[in-house]
Amino acid sequence: MHRAESMSAELPNLPVHPLVQDDRVHRDLYTDADLFAQEQQRFFGRAWVFAGHGSQMPEVGDFITVSLSGQPILLLRDAPDRIQAFFNRCAHKGSQLYAQAQGHVGKMLRCPYHAWSYRLDGQALARPLKDGYVGTGLDASPNGQGLTRLPGVRVYREFVFVRLSPDGLDFDTYFGDALRAIDNMVERSPVGRLEVAGGVLRNTMACNWKMYLENINDSVHPVSAHESASSVARQMWQQQPSGAPMPMAMEQILPFANGYDFFDQMGARIHPQGHSLLGVNFSIHSAYAVLPEYQAALEAAWGVERTQEVLQRSPQNAVLYPSIALKGSPLSMRVIRPLAVDRTLVEAWSFRAVGAPDVLLERAMTYNRLVFSPMSVVAHDDVHLFESIQQGLQAQGQPWVSLHRNHVAGESAQSPADTNSANEWLMRNQYRAWAQAMSQPLASELA
Amino acid sequence: MSAADVQAVQDFVLAEASLLNHALYREWLALFAHEGRYWVPLGGIDQNESDTHNALADEDRLLLSLRVERLLAGRAHSQQPASRSAHVLQAPQVDLCDGQRAEVYTPFTYVESRGEQQIWLAGHWCHRLCREDGAWRIALKRVNLVNAGAAHLAIQLFP
Repeated sequence: MHRAESMSAELPNLPVHPLVQDDRVHRDLYTDADLFAQEQQRFFGRAWVFAGHGSQMPEVGDFITVSLSGQPILLLRDAPDRIQAFFNRCAHKGSQLYAQAQGHVGKMLRCPYHAWSYRLDGQALARPLKDGYVGTGLDASPNGQGLTRLPGVRVYREFVFVRLSPDGLDFDTYFGDALRAIDNMVERSPVGRLEVAGGVLRNTMACNWKMYLENINDSVHPVSAHESASSVARQMWQQQPSGAPMPMAMEQILPFANGYDFFDQMGARIHPQGHSLLGVNFSIHSAYAVLPEYQAALEAAWGVERTQEVLQRSPQNAVLYPSIALKGSPLSMRVIRPLAVDRTLVEAWSFRAVGAPDVLLERAMTYNRLVFSPMSVVAHDDVHLFESIQQGLQAQGQPWVSLHRNHVAGESAQSPADTNSANEWLMRNQYRAWAQAMSQPLASELA
Repeated sequence: MSAADVQAVQDFVLAEASLLNHALYREWLALFAHEGRYWVPLGGIDQNESDTHNALADEDRLLLSLRVERLLAGRAHSQQPASRSAHVLQAPQVDLCDGQRAEVYTPFTYVESRGEQQIWLAGHWCHRLCREDGAWRIALKRVNLVNAGAAHLAIQLFP
């Protein structure tokens, strides 16, 4: 255990947001619709949010659409090495240019309503009845300027992140060393390339997004929350003839039956801006079967030392706050999208590591299906509890949510830091980042 | 296909739905062949068996029994209160039946309720049946949901 020592008792403990204290947060964070609307602007607007993956748009002209903070977004590959991020509305009257999840635009974008067209870089190209605009103010107005680009877009090793507001930190400052979690995934491919594969499992749940993100870092709940699945799995496995080969599904489910010590000692790393890494020392994914030929291929690509680093690091979850949680093994990513104060979309994506054995994709798909599907018996208990919390927090008797476990005064000055994994510092760290953003109006609010 | 064989296969599918509707999950599981599989492909009707594509559920008898025993053990948080389901079937259409194997197509609507909440799904079943120990058994039950790839609330029982 590497719990950070208290650095100083003199550090001021003034809350930057009245609803976020050093060791607890107010229930309004989860239940207040007005706060949710403000949060979409101030917090999600400033955040670098995952929008898509380059492998979804391999060819020039390929696009995907996604909804972020209720806004329609169009990602489009306009050059072999460039992806554009536009608001998905025609400059004319606001029709979405493309309504399907993904596709190919051809040589230009064209609105289905009045056939206004745009170059792949978003510049206005043509519109019917152009004489009708002579002498009008269209060309000088924003409606005549082509598609509107998002204020921020950054492609990091094919992971596309966007920022909806002009305000906010630059990408590298925002994520810092938390990006090593993406490196770890990408370098599981001997050619350094991942592809989204096998379909995306999609869930809606009647809870605030914070329940889900907190739970990704909650290494204490499996013992009680998942007892119904893990104890039955353990009993069933004990009834199998000894020496029977363990199916992949059992290899993935049985570690949920570990006890509190296991889940506390896996270790965690706190990164600035709410990011984190759970399972620094080991995780429920550490004991998957080794693949010698694959390991040799990685060693040829990255060297023995780096390969050791990549393969030994099987974190439970790396959170790139607030939109994704990554695992290196299995190659699985969860994408968290707030839909309303009490409604959240959670997607489970699987990756193929190009040049790696097929079994890696199979592990990702199997894990996602067993643990993150709408039909998963593991997820059922989680989702029930998130939805129960959403109801429980309607109670007015006691408005605070406790995040006291292992709290040490002054810890917020010490990020990045390593700590025990049961430490609710992982959640406190998220809310400190949230409070920072929420306490500062956007430039657009002050204008 | 003799009329009696076709009738027997149709009755098998209707009886299967009845077991689910009456929450007799162990009895339902006993209808599966030793190598039987319950499969809800993520791509619905468009997904081929050979595609490398995920599923909402893809379970052999071991995983199905985990699911069933968890439901029956009474310790699952998400089953307080317990879910109930109703399958409303169109008449099963027997596409093949040679005495040893049968293939059946059965459109359905499905309601799963729990407390005050209810979800509604629709699609069709594709059964592949085999003979095992002198009786029809499920080699494959494929459930094609019309909205398989959509974002779903929890589906806790067996569409």
